[in-house]
Amino acid sequence: MKDVKCECGHVNPHGTVLCEACGKVLDEQEANKSKLLDMRYEGSARRSQTYNKTVIDKIWNFFSSVKVGVWLIVITLIASILGTIFPQEMYINLPPEVYYEQEHGWVGKLYYQLGFHDLYSSWWYLLLIAMIGISLVICSLDRVVPLYKALKAQRVTRNEGFLKRQRLFSASSNISEHDIEKIKDHLKLKRYHIREENGDLLAEKGRFSRWGPYVNHVGLIIFLIGGMLRFIPGMYVYENLWVKEGETALIPETDGKYYLKNKEFILEHYDKEKDRTFEQAIDRAGDVVKNYQSNVVLYKEKGESLPGEKPDLQKIKEYKVKVNLPLKFEGYSVYQSSYRSELVAMTFSLVKKDSSQSFGDITIDLKNPKKEYNLGNGYSVKIINYFPDFEFDDNGEPITKSRVPNNPAFVFRMISPEKPEGETSFVAIQQTIEPPGENAYKMAFKGIDTQEVSGFTISKDSTLWVIILGGIIFMIGVIQGSYWNHRRIWVQRKNGQIWIAAHTNKNWYGLKRELEFVLADTKLTFPKDQLQGEHEEKEEA
Amino acid sequence: MVEISGNLLFIAFILYLIATLFFGGSIKAKKDINKKKETNSWGKIAVCLTIVGFISQLGYFITRWIAAGHAPVSNMFEFTTFFGMALVGAFIVIYFIYRSTLLGLFTMPVAILVIAYASMFPREITPLIPALQSYWLNIHVTTAAIGEAILAISFAAGLIYLVKAIDQTKSNKQTFWLETVMFSLVTVLGFVVITTVFSIVGYEEKFTWVDKHDQEAVMEYTMPAITGPNEGELLTKDGFKPLVEMPAYINAKKLNTVIWSFLGGLVLYGLIRLVIRKRISAALKPLVKNIKLDLVDEISYRSVLIGFPVFTLGALIFAMIWAQIAWSRFWGWDPKEVWALITWLFYAAFMHLRLSRGWHGEKSAWLAVIGFVIIMFNLVAVNLVIAGLHSYAGS
Ligand code: HEM
Repeated sequence: MKDVKCECGHVNPHGTVLCEACGKVLDEQEANKSKLLDMRYEGSARRSQTYNKTVIDKIWNFFSSVKVGVWLIVITLIASILGTIFPQEMYINLPPEVYYEQEHGWVGKLYYQLGFHDLYSSWWYLLLIAMIGISLVICSLDRVVPLYKALKAQRVTRNEGFLKRQRLFSASSNISEHDIEKIKDHLKLKRYHIREENGDLLAEKGRFSRWGPYVNHVGLIIFLIGGMLRFIPGMYVYENLWVKEGETALIPETDGKYYLKNKEFILEHYDKEKDRTFEQAIDRAGDVVKNYQSNVVLYKEKGESLPGEKPDLQKIKEYKVKVNLPLKFEGYSVYQSSYRSELVAMTFSLVKKDSSQSFGDITIDLKNPKKEYNLGNGYSVKIINYFPDFEFDDNGEPITKSRVPNNPAFVFRMISPEKPEGETSFVAIQQTIEPPGENAYKMAFKGIDTQEVSGFTISKDSTLWVIILGGIIFMIGVIQGSYWNHRRIWVQRKNGQIWIAAHTNKNWYGLKRELEFVLADTKLTFPKDQLQGEHEEKEEA
Repeated sequence: MVEISGNLLFIAFILYLIATLFFGGSIKAKKDINKKKETNSWGKIAVCLTIVGFISQLGYFITRWIAAGHAPVSNMFEFTTFFGMALVGAFIVIYFIYRSTLLGLFTMPVAILVIAYASMFPREITPLIPALQSYWLNIHVTTAAIGEAILAISFAAGLIYLVKAIDQTKSNKQTFWLETVMFSLVTVLGFVVITTVFSIVGYEEKFTWVDKHDQEAVMEYTMPAITGPNEGELLTKDGFKPLVEMPAYINAKKLNTVIWSFLGGLVLYGLIRLVIRKRISAALKPLVKNIKLDLVDEISYRSVLIGFPVFTLGALIFAMIWAQIAWSRFWGWDPKEVWALITWLFYAAFMHLRLSRGWHGEKSAWLAVIGFVIIMFNLVAVNLVIAGLHSYAGS
């Protein structure tokens, strides 16, 4: 493809609409289109406007279109709305196949079947985000390079057609040099950067704001890349860890190096006697939690220990982990994320039913029950079967769901001098099932021991720095592009007159007010807003 | 302290009301002054009243902060009032850029409605649950609200644009939707009036009902029940019997409030129409006669330009920082977070349509209106209906 040489001598790349140097209209079609110039991207040669032959051209043109970009954004927006109609999978505490139908009827069922319960990690949602990312890259490249070249190559003296067809334009005759000097002073007061060439003048400010959108797009891309890094193993660790009071546990994903001891879990509520300010609110809403806290000790392993060997631990620090105050070490953070009370032991008495006489108590350690508890004098209790997390399966057989003692149940054999072979009894919380035939003895429930268990989240996010960097660059970019604008004022001698033209990339009203200041106390004609002229004509018609 | 705080808010509210009247006066009076650019004395008084009101509300904010020990932005009442204050603050800033009193005439009523709406929620000082005990809460919520308030100015300017630009001699889609916006604003007033009336007479009725887990529970209504709860049984003697019963997975009480507000809005709107005998937007038209369309268009866009970065910072970036500290992940797709993202995406689309696709003027004004609807949805519906981690304890 051939470059285009303008009559001013500047050589422009193929596809250029307005000469980079003098602004003359190079594209004949463009020349006849309308009264005003389309100043977007300075009429520079954008790849997407120039080539449309190969597949690559087509893909490039597709993604570089703002129309496509806006569609992608709008579709993502609508998709995001769908995901907020019902809670997402991670916020429910039932299996999703049960939850949605039970809570929201058939609509909920449909919601689940369509996969909206996990919308934000669905392949098509991620694809949408990825396409926005691609669009951002291509769109920005397509514009920023030619825009940069054009703005760099621009000359002070401009082509007549270029000036005349700016939105703000005026021509004034019989002007004294004095007025020109005054304008220059005013422009300097408004912090314009002034360039002069054979008596022509270009005042410009805020050009850097033109890069704002591209800077913010770069920030967004870095942010998205940061999000993608998560999928690289080792970059992102997110684990739950439950530690009982008094116990020490290995912190996962630390190569077996760090251990956490939970000394104590503390749960505090607001006390309306003490915090008088909150009295009314507490009366209305009931108890409000003031603090979740685990007092912990962090240990590091000294040297290597063999598997199974007791590790040799060295205390690193004590810390009070609270919500909003995670414990931090070596890039890891330990958060207080939840708590629960766990059953640790249950106590029963062996009781003779008719006399209610007790022959002794047994306390069963639920993690580690003994086979047999001897009560002396010929009385003893054997545990024949133990279901830590008991339920009946579909056939009515007792089974255990897990090894956590959430709902313990026992099959006891109660041995007494009268019944040396023993009697069998099935005991669960709140229910006792006896085999046919009357038992003479029963296991009477006496009490439970519980223990607090702190739920921690262990996280290590090595992608955070990329995300933060992306965020900072994005903010710099939006501020740069939004709080400043690029204004140019041309004051040039043409045909013995003084021509004034002005352009801004946004906020024309502000530019006009600035021009009022610049042209104050001079005899120059105030530039006419040729676009508004068109509007007003329409309005009056 | 709490009492002083409440009084300061009340004073601010009254001052805003009076200021609005003066803004109205400044527009009426403008005709007499032969087209001078200066704000006339009505306008000057209006702006002064607005500023004094703002300072008074700032006083409310500070005294309540001292009393509570935390920034008062932690429940529905506090957050919404703060939003109202930010709206007034944003107006003051934009006023000093563009000196348009007409903008005040459109912004102040919205701010007044927002504050009145806020006052319908429980007003006592609430203690902070552990997740909210962080100075990032203050930073995040205030910045987000300020960003939303600046974006809302774009709505006010957009509204002026539409009132001026849309031909009211015809009936078409434009006139219909613009009037719908007006009606919605009246409905908020309807909610405030109805709630206040029933609360003054102390209306109360109780039901036992069966929730979706088949548990029996008690529900208290503060308005006569048009929609009753699932298998509800009225306990209050002489209470109003519900006209329809709702299934268990619909919150009958909230729906009832919505219906009452809508009815209130309808009655108010009907009365207004009886008096003015034309559309509200048509009645407002003479007020906007002297404003230039390209000026309001620019105010609208400029507010988006100023507000968007503030919103991004507050509602996304600070929010992520806080979420990282409090919940161990900076983003969790909680409904409130998603709606912040939706708002952000919307304004991003807005700016692209405007800058690159030339959506100026009327199209841009409609987008400003839709943006405000999204913001209000996030503030009202997401908090009250779509419960999430952020859901404030409203009723
Ligand atoms: C959510 C994603 C995006 C955000 C937050 C974003 C943000 C922005 C912002 C704030 C501006 C400046 C607008 C103004 O000053 O009025 C801008 C400009 C622009 N954006 Fe984006 N953008 C996004 C996605 C895209 C995509 C996908 C494309 C590609 C199709 C794109 C293309 C452009 C273009 C061409 C400009 C105008 C540049 C100029 O005229 O100098 N943006 N963007």
